[in-house]
Amino acid sequence: MSMLADSILHPIDYSILIIYVGFVLGIGFALARFMKNSSDFLTAGRGIPTWVTGLAFMSANLGALELVGMGASGAKYGIATSHFYWVGAIPAMVFLSVFMMPFYYGSKARSVPEYLKMRFDERVRAINSIAFAVMTILASGISMHALAQLLNQLLGWDYNAALWICSVVVLLYVLKGGLTSAIYTEVLQFFMIVMGFAPVVYLGLKDVGGWHNVTTTLQKVAQDPAALHLGTAKYGANAWTSAWQPLLAGPTNNPMGVDLFAMVFGLGFVLSFGYWCTNFLVVQRAMAARNMTAARNTPLVAALPKMLLPALVIVPGMLAVALTATPGKGYRIPPPVVSEQAYSKAIAVVKKATPADVDATVVAVGAALENKKIDADKIKELLVANATSSLTDDKIHEGLKNSIAEYDYNGVILSLVRKYCPPGLLGLALTALLASFMSGMAGNVTAFNTVWTYDIYQAYLAKNKSDDHYFWMGKFITVVGILLSIAAAYFAKRYDNAMDVIQLVFGFVNAPLFATFLLGMFWKRTTGTGAFLGLFGGIGASALMHGLTMAEGKGGWMGTTLYNFPSSMAQNFWLASVAFIACFVLTVMISMATQRTKNDEELKGLVYSLTPKIKDEAQPLFLRPAVLGSLLLVACIILNFIFW
Amino acid sequence: MGLDIRLPIGLMFTLVGVIMAIYGALTNGDAMYAQHSLDINVNLYWGCAMLVFGVLMLLGAWRGTVQAAAAKAAATTPKA
Repeated sequence: MSMLADSILHPIDYSILIIYVGFVLGIGFALARFMKNSSDFLTAGRGIPTWVTGLAFMSANLGALELVGMGASGAKYGIATSHFYWVGAIPAMVFLSVFMMPFYYGSKARSVPEYLKMRFDERVRAINSIAFAVMTILASGISMHALAQLLNQLLGWDYNAALWICSVVVLLYVLKGGLTSAIYTEVLQFFMIVMGFAPVVYLGLKDVGGWHNVTTTLQKVAQDPAALHLGTAKYGANAWTSAWQPLLAGPTNNPMGVDLFAMVFGLGFVLSFGYWCTNFLVVQRAMAARNMTAARNTPLVAALPKMLLPALVIVPGMLAVALTATPGKGYRIPPPVVSEQAYSKAIAVVKKATPADVDATVVAVGAALENKKIDADKIKELLVANATSSLTDDKIHEGLKNSIAEYDYNGVILSLVRKYCPPGLLGLALTALLASFMSGMAGNVTAFNTVWTYDIYQAYLAKNKSDDHYFWMGKFITVVGILLSIAAAYFAKRYDNAMDVIQLVFGFVNAPLFATFLLGMFWKRTTGTGAFLGLFGGIGASALMHGLTMAEGKGGWMGTTLYNFPSSMAQNFWLASVAFIACFVLTVMISMATQRTKNDEELKGLVYSLTPKIKDEAQPLFLRPAVLGSLLLVACIILNFIFW
Repeated sequence: MGLDIRLPIGLMFTLVGVIMAIYGALTNGDAMYAQHSLDINVNLYWGCAMLVFGVLMLLGAWRGTVQAAAAKAAATTPKA
């Protein structure tokens, strides 16, 4: 592996990486002199221009895991992956801007949990802030682990070095410049991603022969995915290239295995609105804006690039499948990682093979390669080639790698970068990937330190201290947060399954949250007890449903299986839908049965019907959130229609 | 905040653009372009594109400073 790493990265590539790191550190140090109190550090003093908070709003979510995951989904599911953007994110961002932002910003809350305290009571704030703090650290750790592992596997970088160096860089600039430097570097990272990935997508498209050739190739693949070892099911020709038609045809006709309700209600409404409208990681960016109009326009500024992002993150996955299906392009989606020792064993098997025992050799090669699925025909070709003229170990190694009939979809993005980037551009693209990794981590850490300092430390552990004290605590907890993330990364490295369980629990906790916010903001009768118990009810409902259903052999921990979902994704979307409905119904019922603890006067500015409407008429037409939001929704509908 | 983000963005892309364009010019016709980027000297072209982007950002930052200075001057000059 080390040999491999030496041959790919040149001094020019390292120079670009070092320049980037130098600039993000420079931004942190340049901002340090503006950090005078806890509010400057944790909430950016509410003084950042809209286009900056907007781009940060979008790229706080554009972590490395998102990039890698969207590329993987593009390969697995095709253009339907864009539902995460055009059905999920955009409508939710418009809703946040037009309806919810006035309460977050207008209430002067410093965080989402603090809004919950103002609207309901301490209990609701406690459950939300503690769950958020724990999940943020674990999420940060999981993504750090995933990227360090990817860099290790595909570039041969040292896992520990990648993890620690990135962490130290993030620690330095967040400690110096607080939320402002996290937001600024997120903007820088956004431009890096565009600059680093656009040429890769362009070259890939040109290589396949344009978008038209991509779609015709994918149409052939969809009708017989087994030919490429992409699973045993067969689909209609448009399974990878149409977003809606395969979905309307039912879960067995699209590679996601999802039905229309789960997609539109589960993903489009519950999960997306839950994420974009209530997750403090993203909402914090809008709350850092200068004034109400800027705060409301932040998600709208974010929505425009977000809408176009599939071209940069999903198209590579589709290109990877098209390239794999086109002979002579010298590309395949990378196989799962197999150790070098296993390859040496398999090479020995190939060398020893005699023409008489071909089938036994194929079996032995599969066993040597850590029991990966093997394309027998490719092994036979390799044996014939080796028998006619002895191949070098390297050639056999390559042949063996190509014969593995499984794919590591998470390697799609990096493998395309390696294929299409000569030294120079390679440094730029890798820096973009590392940038998204670091800024994702910085985003988590800055959200974590605010929630910890204001919603846990100040609220429950040390009330009524001086602001200097909280400023100090904000910095101290930043260091702790990074160290905990690193610990979480090592935990993820050691216990793969534990991480799956944790992510599952995240799902249970997050899914019902949007029902609480929706009722809290739009129904003044919602009580603290109703919200608190409703949340628990929603979490319980999704855990229970997960216990009673199965998908892809997972779930069903309660022993009896009442229903089998066609895919994990379908199960996920349905769990979220059930959690939302359970939380909604319970909150309404318990609220009706309990006394209101806050009167109309106390809820002013927190509930829609009790808050004076914002007069947008003073704004020029093109700056009014409702006008901009409608335009964005129309554009979104047009995009859905084009890729219908 | 007191730092205009366009300044570091502009400086960085100008610098990276210049470096990539120079590297591209020096390696023009190199076999690596045939191997990776379909015989296109992506370093040269994309380096130039980033340079243009960087310079535009710097212009924006410069205009911002000029406007801020003008606003400050207008605020401090007593009205006649």
